[in-house]
Formats: sequence, C-alpha cells, structure tokens
Amino acid sequence: MFSYCADPDTLGTFRWFSCYLTNGVHWSFYLSFLKVLALLAVTAPVALSFGFAGAMAARSHILPLSWLGKAYIAIVRGVPDIAFFLFFVIALDQGFEWLRHKVLCPDWTDPVRQGNDFIVCQAAKLPLGTSPEWVHETYGFFLAVVTFSIVFGAFAANVLFGGMRAVPRAQLETAEAYGMTRRQTFWRILVPQMWVYALPGLSNLWMVLIKATPLLFLLGIEDIVYWARELGGTKTSRFTDYPHGDWRMWYFLGLLIFYLGMTRVSELGLERLMRRLSHGQATSGGELLRKETTA
Amino acid sequence: MKNLILTTAALALTAGIAMADTVRMGTEGAYPPYNFINDAGEIDGFEREVGDELCKRANLDCEWVKNDWDSIIPNLVSGNYDTIIAGMSITDERDEVIDFTQNYYPPTASAYVAAAEGVDVAGGIVAAQTATIQAGHVAESGATLVEFASPEETIAAVRNGEADAVLADYDFLVPIVEESGGELVFVGELVPLGGGIGMGFRESDAELRGKFDEAIASMKADGSLNEMLVKWFGEGISTYDADGTVVTN
Repeated sequence: MFSYCADPDTLGTFRWFSCYLTNGVHWSFYLSFLKVLALLAVTAPVALSFGFAGAMAARSHILPLSWLGKAYIAIVRGVPDIAFFLFFVIALDQGFEWLRHKVLCPDWTDPVRQGNDFIVCQAAKLPLGTSPEWVHETYGFFLAVVTFSIVFGAFAANVLFGGMRAVPRAQLETAEAYGMTRRQTFWRILVPQMWVYALPGLSNLWMVLIKATPLLFLLGIEDIVYWARELGGTKTSRFTDYPHGDWRMWYFLGLLIFYLGMTRVSELGLERLMRRLSHGQATSGGELLRKETTA
Repeated sequence: MKNLILTTAALALTAGIAMADTVRMGTEGAYPPYNFINDAGEIDGFEREVGDELCKRANLDCEWVKNDWDSIIPNLVSGNYDTIIAGMSITDERDEVIDFTQNYYPPTASAYVAAAEGVDVAGGIVAAQTATIQAGHVAESGATLVEFASPEETIAAVRNGEADAVLADYDFLVPIVEESGGELVFVGELVPLGGGIGMGFRESDAELRGKFDEAIASMKADGSLNEMLVKWFGEGISTYDADGTVVTN
C-alpha cells in the first residue's frame, strides 16, 4: 500500500501497523464486512416474504395449503442450522444442476449418481466450469441468501402466524359486519394491525440473523469471523512479512465492537418502527401515544 | 451440407474439451507450509507451487478455490470443484469415498508438541484437527481426544492449557515450535501415519486423475518435486528417487 512497506522488519510500530493493516489479506477482511452487510440487506426482506407466505399458508382454509405451511414451519425449525447449511445447500445446488441436466443434455445416458459422485454434463454445471471465480462466488452468495431465507423464513412464519392470531377478534368481526370479504378483512384490517404484535419476535430474529453469518464459511463464503480467525492466528516469519503471535482476541474484540454497533443501530431503528406501528393501535403502546398527543 | 454438419460437430466437440479444461482445485488455505493465505490474500505454499506446475505439465487451466476442511470431501463429490489438494493424507477410509493419485509428498511422521517436557501423550488430553488421521490416532492411543476445526486452534489449546499436547504433521509444527521461543517443545516419539499426501478426485473422474498422476510421476522423475519439497520443508525432508521410491534423508 505505502512505498515504505517493502521491508516491514525495519519499521517503527506505527508504520508497521499502517502496512500490516493495509495489506492484501486485510482488504479481503474489510471487504467481508460489506459482504455480510449485503447479505443481511438482501436476506432480511426475502426471509420476511418467505415468512409471510408461510404464515398465510398455515392459516389458509384450504387444508393441503395449511398442511404445507405448517410442515414448512415445523420441519425447518426442527432441523439444526448447521445440518441445514451442510447438507441442504449441497442438495439445493444438486437439484438445480439436475434440472438443467434434464433440459440441456437429454442424450446423456450415464447415471447422474455414481456411487458417492454426483455427475451432470458440463453444460449443466452451475456455474459453468469455465466461469470466472466471481461468478462462482456470486452463485455461492445466492445459495446463501436462499438458505438463510428458508431457515429464517420458517421462524418468521411462526412469529407472523402468532402476530396474526393476536389481533383482537373484535376488529375482524367489525370488518365482517361492515361487509368486507375475507380477502379485504385480511389485507385491510389484519395485516396492518398484526405487525405490532409480530415486531418483538421479528426483531429477535433479526438480531440472531446478524450473528448467524459465520455459517457462511460452510458455503465457502469468507465472512468476518472466518477472516478474524485466519488473520488473528499465529503467523510465523517463514510465511508472512508480518509475523505475530495469537492476536485473535484483538480481532474478535474488533468484531465485538462491530456487532455491538449493529445491535445499537438496530435497536434505534426498531424502536422508531415500533412507535410508528403502534400509532392508532388498540394496544397499550398505542394508548400511550394517544395520551401523548392529546396531553 | 455434410461438411457443415461435420464442422459444427467438430466445433461442438472442441468446445466441450475446452470447457472441461478448467480444473478447480479445492484447498483449505490454513495449513502452512502446505497451503496458506499469503499477505496479498492469495493461496500460497508448497501445494500451490506443486499444483500450478502439475497443471502446466498436464496442459490444464487451473483455478484455486478455498473450502472449509469439514465440508471439503462432500463438496468434491457433489462437483463444486474437481480435485482436493489440501495436505490430505491417503487413508483407507477416505479411499472408499474418493480416489487418490500417487503421493506427491512422502509418508512422513506426525509429532506431539506440548508446553513442557515429560507430558504423558498416551494418557493425557491431546488436541487434533477434526477428521484428520491424527485425530483417529489419538482416539485409538488411549489419550483423551479434543478436536478443533482448524489447525490454529489445536495449537492454541496447548498454549492455554486446555490440552496437554497436540498431534499434527511434523512439518506443520516445526516453524511453530521454532518461533515459540521455548514455550512449545516436541515430546514423545514421532508417529508414522498415513500413506503420504495425494490429490483427491471423484471416483468417476479417472481420466483427470490419470493426467495428474502422470504429471506427478514426471515431476518425481526429473527431480523438480524434490526441489520444492526441500524449498518448503527444509533439508531433512524425505525425497523421491527418479523411479518414485521414497528416500529418507
């Protein structure tokens, strides 16, 4: 990075750190923060929509649909995350490739499963074997978003399901009395009111999601915890210009500050959101707001 | 017309071959000197150098991929990369799931490292990396095994007293012991484990394995593999004869 970094052994402490903290691996480390933030930004809305769909399905009056929703919630919530991330992602990837294989290589006669191996034709590979590394990484990122969304969607579905049931029955009865259809009651009365009941549960999920990103490395994506472990580990002078002892504590301290910062920002945001949602609601929070404005 | 079809067929065939020529090499990137991430953030080490040379000899276009050790075999058999080159010892258990080339790193010893002399490695608490031959050996030796996901953590366990000793590849431990300033020492005797280190392939991928096998043999024959072994592991390392037999130095 700087011109004086050629021979770090001769540098003073400050200059040594300025070189150390700006070398190639550290840029990868800093980049991984953006990766994690991007993952959160994409996953949260997708997981929420999975959850919404799951909750809608679970309370559907069409029995098979309701079973489907409930089965989704029960199964995904019951499977440990780490098992899900180790096996489901590989299965998902193989599922995509198998579909492409069926469409793109109809003449292929060899079995797709040969012993332990999973073999599809070259054209069905996802991404193609010839793609540059960034395509592979983007695809891995996409798989991560889908997997996170399915897992957290199931939890969100349960929270939203509870939120929908918590809306006072009187509200729905009133809507029916006004002659609203089931659909109208759902979208105009139930959905706007359920958020306030679901938000505490959803905010928990959000906090857990922030901290769940180390699971990413199981998918080959290098997240901040991976890099902190890798960079903080003991480095001997044979393999680096910047030898140091076990510095993992300092790196994890940095992560702690990052996570606490994320928590604080989230709390502030969620508090504002809660205030907005409580407005005009038949809850104690809504009552408080009403008193504030009339006082 | 016939010509046109033939040309198209030929084109399609060559396209197919060209596509198959990119080989993705899976490694862990956390086990110096075999493989590690250098200051620039790239994969480096003995295996990087050997792998690049093998690809050149086999006329293949290679790309390096990092993967967690725990899921390194499942990702190979499901086709996310084409070969494992990650300091993986050739063992019977692994051979049932994947296929290995001949070894490009001779069978060598593993060693115990502890914080002080006179530690009982057969009865104490010994750290090893999960799913390695060393972990298997500790489990059978009668010592209490504590497993860690990465090599780094096994060393840290000895430093902070969580484990009495660590069992790992001798060559991985040498630079760590040297730079510890007497804090860590080798204890007990060397343990010969495994059948050397080879590249792992899917069992159905015999053709690719053959190419690499051939390239390894040619590197053994002209001595270039020995040069790299000495460069990365020092003069004491076992090397290969021109016909591939192991010479202990």
